[in-house]
Amino acid sequence: MSEHIVSPKIYILIFAALMILTFTTVYAATVDLNQYYAGLNVIVALVVATCKAILVILFFMHAYYSSKRTQLIIISGFFWLAIMLSLTLGDYASRSWDAH
Amino acid sequence: MHRTGELYGHYQTLGQQKESATLGMWIFLATEILFFGGLFMTYTVNRHTYPDVFAFSSRTIDLKWGAINTVVLIGSSLTMAMSVWSAQVGKKKLVTTFLILTLILGSVFLGIKGVEYHAKYVEHHIPGSNYDLYYCTSNPDACGLNGKALEDEKRELADLTEKVGGPVAVNSHSQLFFSLYFGMTGLHALHMIVGAGLLLWLIIESMKGRFTPQYNTPVENIGLYWHFVDIVWIYLFPLLYLIDRH
Amino acid sequence: MSTTPPKSPGHQMPEEHYLNATYGIRSWLLTTDHKRIAWLYLMGVTFFFSVGGIFAGMIRVHLLTPTGFLVTPETYNKLFTMHGVAMVFFFLIPSIPAVLGNFLLPLMIGAKDVAFPKLNLLSWYVYITGGCFVLYSFATGGLDTGWTFYTPLSSVYSNSAVAPAVIGIFINGFSSILTGLNFVVTIHTMRAPGMTWFRLPLFVWAQYATSIIFILGTPVIAITLLLAGLERIFHLGFFNPALGGDPILFQHLFWFYSHPAVYIMILPAMGVVSEIIPTFARKPIFGYTFIAASSIAIAVIGFFVWAHHMFLTGESTYAALAFSLLSYLVAIPSAVKVFNWTATLYKGSISYDTPMLYALGFIGLFLIGGLTGLFLACLGLDIHIHDTYFVIAHFHYIMVGGAIMGYLGGLHFWWPKITGKLYPEFLARVAAVTLFIGFNLTFGPQFILGFLGMPRRYHNYPPEFQVLNVLSTAGASILAIGYLLPIAYFTWSVRYGRAAGPNPWPATGLEWTTASPPPTENFDVTPVVDWEPYDYKNRPDLGLAAPVAPLAPAHGDD
Repeated sequence: MSEHIVSPKIYILIFAALMILTFTTVYAATVDLNQYYAGLNVIVALVVATCKAILVILFFMHAYYSSKRTQLIIISGFFWLAIMLSLTLGDYASRSWDAH
Repeated sequence: MHRTGELYGHYQTLGQQKESATLGMWIFLATEILFFGGLFMTYTVNRHTYPDVFAFSSRTIDLKWGAINTVVLIGSSLTMAMSVWSAQVGKKKLVTTFLILTLILGSVFLGIKGVEYHAKYVEHHIPGSNYDLYYCTSNPDACGLNGKALEDEKRELADLTEKVGGPVAVNSHSQLFFSLYFGMTGLHALHMIVGAGLLLWLIIESMKGRFTPQYNTPVENIGLYWHFVDIVWIYLFPLLYLIDRH
Repeated sequence: MSTTPPKSPGHQMPEEHYLNATYGIRSWLLTTDHKRIAWLYLMGVTFFFSVGGIFAGMIRVHLLTPTGFLVTPETYNKLFTMHGVAMVFFFLIPSIPAVLGNFLLPLMIGAKDVAFPKLNLLSWYVYITGGCFVLYSFATGGLDTGWTFYTPLSSVYSNSAVAPAVIGIFINGFSSILTGLNFVVTIHTMRAPGMTWFRLPLFVWAQYATSIIFILGTPVIAITLLLAGLERIFHLGFFNPALGGDPILFQHLFWFYSHPAVYIMILPAMGVVSEIIPTFARKPIFGYTFIAASSIAIAVIGFFVWAHHMFLTGESTYAALAFSLLSYLVAIPSAVKVFNWTATLYKGSISYDTPMLYALGFIGLFLIGGLTGLFLACLGLDIHIHDTYFVIAHFHYIMVGGAIMGYLGGLHFWWPKITGKLYPEFLARVAAVTLFIGFNLTFGPQFILGFLGMPRRYHNYPPEFQVLNVLSTAGASILAIGYLLPIAYFTWSVRYGRAAGPNPWPATGLEWTTASPPPTENFDVTPVVDWEPYDYKNRPDLGLAAPVAPLAPAHGDD
């Protein structure tokens, strides 16, 4: 694990970014985005949340400065969750595809 | 009994011990992604099946508390990261200060959750025999509803009931939302309580001056756990509070 | 019988070793020595195996007649459920990892212990706690939902003791998670100098792959059973259609873990076979890299196939096709292993010691079990054989013919290391052959029964199926002897067996360079590894330089 010391300046910057993103997601929820594209509200919400999560992981949890092994573990965790979500939702979505 | 910072007998070096501890914590966090993930899966399927009921139910949760809690929790992640930094640069007193700040912010979060849960109790939104989504519109004083807010809620509820097909369906399906609300935030709160306990231990050890630039693994690793709990909330907040606020 | 065991020429038990280093119940119940924890697990899994075995015996006796005479239909449902729960969660999943893995992993990599010895002990206590909850469930009304706990039967309508059982299995899940976490960290950080990744024994690779599944899969069954339990206790509605819930969601969540769980059960057994075959063929393993890579491949691909358990739940042709194709894909790395083991045997110098008998039996029976899995993965066939005895035969060929034979083979192979004693070889071979015959007689007819249409989990059957059922029950009684004999002679050998010496076979591998039984800290001096694994052609110190002749049993140097 890297001994790189992250400076408080970076932490404050990241915190500020997280606050901006929090404000963004609350504001976006008050606007009807679904009229432009079906499901746009939830897409925006998830994208913003993922950006926040990435910032916390990379900088507060030092993943940016960590070994490839650590980064692989992080990616694997989310990738496995993605397997569960995508294949299950794929089954649900495709249940209506058969003609009869 | 092993003192914090000493070499355990089965390790060859302190470096090996630190590497093991940190790797162990990251792997544990990966298991937590899948553990919470099952709840997120359940949430996704149910929200997709009952979009309108979920949207309405979400609006009955007080957005301001959720937003404040989000700021508080992210703030506590900042103070936790600062605590690790303080240990890395040898500012022992600051380690304790930032740990205490983190614990305070975490406690504020839990306190606000208590306030929210109490509100849900008053409004008869806790799943079980007392559950009734129609309670507040029938008993506006008990829920603190009046004027335009009351009229809006009555109208929305009536629309929802007609769209979904009756009050029984509305109550069943919205109970799914609230079961998930309590299940997910409850599991999250449980993790925070464990985290608070760990912070308390860290505070005590830090006051003994145990954490130095050479040895600060527990602060770092408990920090990782704390940040993870923050990330779970970062997803819970929009999914539970921000479904439809327009 | 004489009370002092005869001393084998040249072999004596070491003065002090991990078994006698400290005495008393506290030194066992509070131990952090991975070798003692392996014993604690051995006691636990053997107990639950017996519990599951008794239920299996009752099932087979009941099925002697078409109308079933032993128990009521409701009790029959409880028998097969409790058999499944005890065997899957409390025997098969922990067995090789928690017993052999715990004992051997640090020895094989040259370490003093696992990375987190206290967590290791905790995982045993968690296992026992979960087991107590499940035993309580068995004792207070039993369980009749099937080990698969499908909702809403399990979460709403069942009148059996579901809640304590799902709580117990939930708790037990954390035992698996802790073990997996411990193993992965240990393999990464505790290897001795010179023990590079590609010098690791294949058993270690197998444990690593299994641990990946422990870590990423088990949390999902934990949360799923927690939800089902909460649903049952608090009348929530996630999986209950009457309240707007979705039983299919339960099945997705359940099988997301439970399919990879079957790879948890087989990968360690494959690791054992990869250790035994080179030893008793006196040849390096063929295709080391492919076997190592195939373990990881099975662990990963195994997570993509779960909905092949749900072909008949209304999946569209498209989803079913995708999962069917992926299921065929996951068979490929398994086949790679079988080919490599066979190639190892080719032109080897084969001796038929008991571990080898189990390993050879594994290859044949796993082949049948695995191939019949492909029958089930074939959509057109599955429509007819899903939920029949064909499925039961398929998975018992893998779990018993595969996993249990791997476990027993491993127990025999490493028994001299674990206890310092030799088991009686002739009796052990008799037991192995008895088990093989009994097993095939029990489950072979079940393939035919399934093809003919006999459904699973039924307490009765049409009279024309009786002959095959009676054959199956007869086989089960022979199989039982095959299980009881090792329990008896292993117990006997601890007291009366001949001292084994450090390397009775002899085999390569770090665990064989230390005393039998090993000292508490495993190695007197940390080993430095500078040789390749399975170098059976190149070890004059073990009497292994080409040309080699088959060895006399239990002959070794000191």
